[in-house]
Amino acid sequence: MTRAAPHPPRPGLLADYAPIPGVADELLDPTGQMRPVWAPFIRQLSALTGEEVSRRLARGAQYLRDAGVYFRLYSGGPTQDRDWPLSPVPVMIDDAEWQEICAGLRQRAELLEAVVADLYGPARLVEDGHLPAELVAENPQWLRPMVGVQPRSGHWLHHLAFEIGRSPDGSFFVLGDRAQAPSGAGFALENRMATTRIFSDPFPRANVRRLAGFFRAFQTAMTDLSGSGRRMAILTPGPNNDTYFEHTYIARYLGLTLLEGDDLIVENGQAMVRTVRGLEPLGLLWRRIDGEFCDPLELNDTSQIGTPGLIGALRQGSLTLINAPGSGVLETRAFMAFYPRIAETLLGEALKMPNIATWWCGQPKERAYVAEHAARMMIGGALETALPFAVDADAAAGDALRGQTGGALEDWLARQAGALVGQEAVTLSTTPVWADGRLVPRPMTIRVFAARTAEGWTFMPGGYARIGKSDHASALAMQAGGSVADVWVIAKGPVPADTLVSRNAFERAPPGILPARAADNLYWLGRYVERAEGAIRLLRAWHLRLAETGDPAEPRLMALHGHMAGLGLAPDKPIPDTLASLIEAARSAAAQVRDRFSPDGWTALADLAKSVETLSQKVTPGDDAAQAMSVLLRKISGFTGLVHDNMYHFAGWHFLSMGRAQERADNTLRLVQAFAAPDAVPGALEIAIELGDSVMTHQRRYRFGPSRETVLDLLVQDGQNPRAVLYQITEMRDHLARLPRRDGAGNGGAGLSDLDRRLLTLETDLQVALPGALDPDALVDLRARLGGVFDLLQSQFFR
Amino acid sequence: MRYDIRLTVEYHYPAASDHVRNILRLLPSDSSRQRVRQRILTISPRPDERREGVDFFGNATTLVAWHRPVGQLSFHLRAEAERLAEPEFDLSPPLPALAAQRAVGGLGPASPLHFCAPSARIGASAAIADYARAALPESPTAREAVRAVGEALHRDMTFDPTATDVTTPPDVAFAARRGVCQDFAQMMIAGLRGLGIPAAYVSGFLRTTPPPGQPRLDGVDAMHGWVSAWCGADQGWVEYDPTNGQWAGEDYVTVAWGRDYADAAPVRGAIRTSGPQDTHHKVDVIPLP
Repeated sequence: MTRAAPHPPRPGLLADYAPIPGVADELLDPTGQMRPVWAPFIRQLSALTGEEVSRRLARGAQYLRDAGVYFRLYSGGPTQDRDWPLSPVPVMIDDAEWQEICAGLRQRAELLEAVVADLYGPARLVEDGHLPAELVAENPQWLRPMVGVQPRSGHWLHHLAFEIGRSPDGSFFVLGDRAQAPSGAGFALENRMATTRIFSDPFPRANVRRLAGFFRAFQTAMTDLSGSGRRMAILTPGPNNDTYFEHTYIARYLGLTLLEGDDLIVENGQAMVRTVRGLEPLGLLWRRIDGEFCDPLELNDTSQIGTPGLIGALRQGSLTLINAPGSGVLETRAFMAFYPRIAETLLGEALKMPNIATWWCGQPKERAYVAEHAARMMIGGALETALPFAVDADAAAGDALRGQTGGALEDWLARQAGALVGQEAVTLSTTPVWADGRLVPRPMTIRVFAARTAEGWTFMPGGYARIGKSDHASALAMQAGGSVADVWVIAKGPVPADTLVSRNAFERAPPGILPARAADNLYWLGRYVERAEGAIRLLRAWHLRLAETGDPAEPRLMALHGHMAGLGLAPDKPIPDTLASLIEAARSAAAQVRDRFSPDGWTALADLAKSVETLSQKVTPGDDAAQAMSVLLRKISGFTGLVHDNMYHFAGWHFLSMGRAQERADNTLRLVQAFAAPDAVPGALEIAIELGDSVMTHQRRYRFGPSRETVLDLLVQDGQNPRAVLYQITEMRDHLARLPRRDGAGNGGAGLSDLDRRLLTLETDLQVALPGALDPDALVDLRARLGGVFDLLQSQFFR
Repeated sequence: MRYDIRLTVEYHYPAASDHVRNILRLLPSDSSRQRVRQRILTISPRPDERREGVDFFGNATTLVAWHRPVGQLSFHLRAEAERLAEPEFDLSPPLPALAAQRAVGGLGPASPLHFCAPSARIGASAAIADYARAALPESPTAREAVRAVGEALHRDMTFDPTATDVTTPPDVAFAARRGVCQDFAQMMIAGLRGLGIPAAYVSGFLRTTPPPGQPRLDGVDAMHGWVSAWCGADQGWVEYDPTNGQWAGEDYVTVAWGRDYADAAPVRGAIRTSGPQDTHHKVDVIPLP
């Protein structure tokens, strides 16, 4: 390729846009003319002032923050959530060119299916010498327990992604196949949402192909595969996974249940979900964990994230896994060297879209070629599955290796031989990126998502491109953390609006299921938030009195201090660390159920945690701290308000509310034990009433100033006071009555479970107790019986 | 030699364990080296699921599961098996010529290709590979190399049931210079693979009553583990016991084999509630007249 011809002068934005010589550019053709597919977009962008562009970019960033889009970064240290690195300028692809891409990838998807079916079936490819046996036998992704398994759906592959790039000659090629558990389809949707908010003008958007149709087609396909009356779910490794956000997002978007390995058990070859209602059969599982971790019984026995017996369920044909475990073998880098010939053998045709040129060093001729051309090679592990430019990829440029191996590259290649592949050090195309108020060219690859439907493979039209950080257009330049952009496939004319929301049909979804683990987490979320609120009230009371008296040794302050110390809340620091731990515990419970939780609720919790952290650093004891506590109280009420006013009353909400009610009842009991004790210091009763948030009520309900009897009456036995123990027990009974029942589980006479019976007797005992009957011993007994409610709840619902 | 084999494996779970699911590899099978006349596996309490099968490597498997909480389990095997002597002759090629032969192995269960690469429990270890290389005589055949590595380990390592546990990786046992039969076998496998000799882990039984006048061997109070190594197309697989420094001949009965202990483990299990557990093994391998 020769240097691009000198550009004719271009107006405005494009004036100093200078593609790299010898590299294809998405925006400009080799003569320096803008490609027609970009014209409407560039026209729109040019019409905006710099200020307007900044304002729109901020809008996009705000959207991503509000939606809670993040990915998780492992950096050796503690995991960190990172904002999604959106590059706002989408990549434009002409629809006709896109159709050509899809035709090439459709053929490739068929090829991959044929290869994987062969590797776990007759193994003809190896027997006939089209694929070296050692690349399979030594391959950690070739899962022996899957040999001979016939997937129930008839196919191994249902969801694929392809990483493609454009060569200097303008044609596309495949850099890598993702067949294990491709990620990114959900992020593509978020790319689109955010980009649409930035460039919201109706034209050229009207001509951009929509993404929702892809998801609808895939959803329909999954529904067909799962079989009637059986559930569909996503299997996630859990909140610590780098793409957990996407798992929760897709679960919500497609109405799938989000499960972890522990939520499932296999009985008699049937996978079942452990729900609060008992075991529910599962028909389809879209796994987001690597195949080898699916089943510790037959695969990696150290896996903590799989389900014992899952492979057995596949073998018995009761479950479809997307994709079948073992399909990760297709990602093997060395296979790229053999796919072109395998295509001709299995499909009888050449690859429509080539893949990155690859030479396996286990073959003498190929090894010699790699050694000779090392300067233009990336050399890496033959069985490696990471993309050539992935962060953890081990590929290095041949040049660099020559340095590392002391010049004896040939010897090193001969020694490692079959363990290595050489891959052409490809040149990628560049696409415009917005940087400091202008457009600059950056290398890019496009990720294309494919789903199998009853009519064959269908492709998500655009949505996801990776953008390199440097202005070198080699694949290795993509290694250093870049960004992600939307891809717009531009049709000739306007395309019909198309979302997952069906426009005219009214159809209720089948009732959802609540996994036992999710219920457990929601219950604890309720408890921790309530516990934190109680802690904040205590701290406020202490600091207020300190401000009043200025004397920490004052008897009421001492009494408060003693009570707080018993809860780990001794105010040695104005805001003790325990408060932050409580909020963290709430966040960690919430993190486990993010798919059932509004982004607003999550943001509110994050905000609360942040406030506690900031305030802890700067408040001083007394009035300052008391005011800080009032701020925190308002924030925590913001969260509980969201939950209790806005959250739909699914079963999960009832568990959350029960946790809150139980914690509140327990908290109040502790209060009256401490501050309404017969030997409490003068003024303690007022503290109990204040902490019980019942000052006004007490004034109205009782003729005389507080006594032990009035406090116990108001805070324990009152059925109308939302702070009273009795009120909360009645609440718990109401929630319990709305929860699903397991057949026979713990049910005794009169259809009552042990839990029903416990709450009913607690309620009745409080209702009939005479004033004065609640002596300190009775309160101890009451607290113990209330505490036992959790065990009963656990054995009825959480197992 | 014919044997009457009795094995009892017991598990106790102080906190009753729900949803126990195990894959057992306890049943010996026929092979070119042994004939199994009868084999009966009794399991109590009676499992809610029981399914017999054969795994990728041809081992007999028994899947068992209990849907109710169980506090203790016992597996009892009674088998009668006849074992042939390990051949004395050496048909193996010189060690450097072995690699060229193994490439033709294909993907069948006994193909040497499965046993060349590092596996889940036996990672590549330069230290063990160097040790194995140092143990070799001048220009050995593959079979001579197998024996040399096995004998060296028998000589240099100490049998010590307290030094390691079932998950100890071979390079850790090697650094400590001690372990039990599983460690000896996995160290030997790491060494042989380092030399380019395909090597497999074998689990099975070793006769418990020594012939008159001979000492009682190590590892006879439980199931035993040793090594199978591939010595070329003509010789095929040979079996060596590094714990006792001898070919695994007439005194041995094979139950299962695989790339490492994880493939051949007598009991692979998954227990939902964690908590302490307690295991007892009892083995009798009695020669029949």
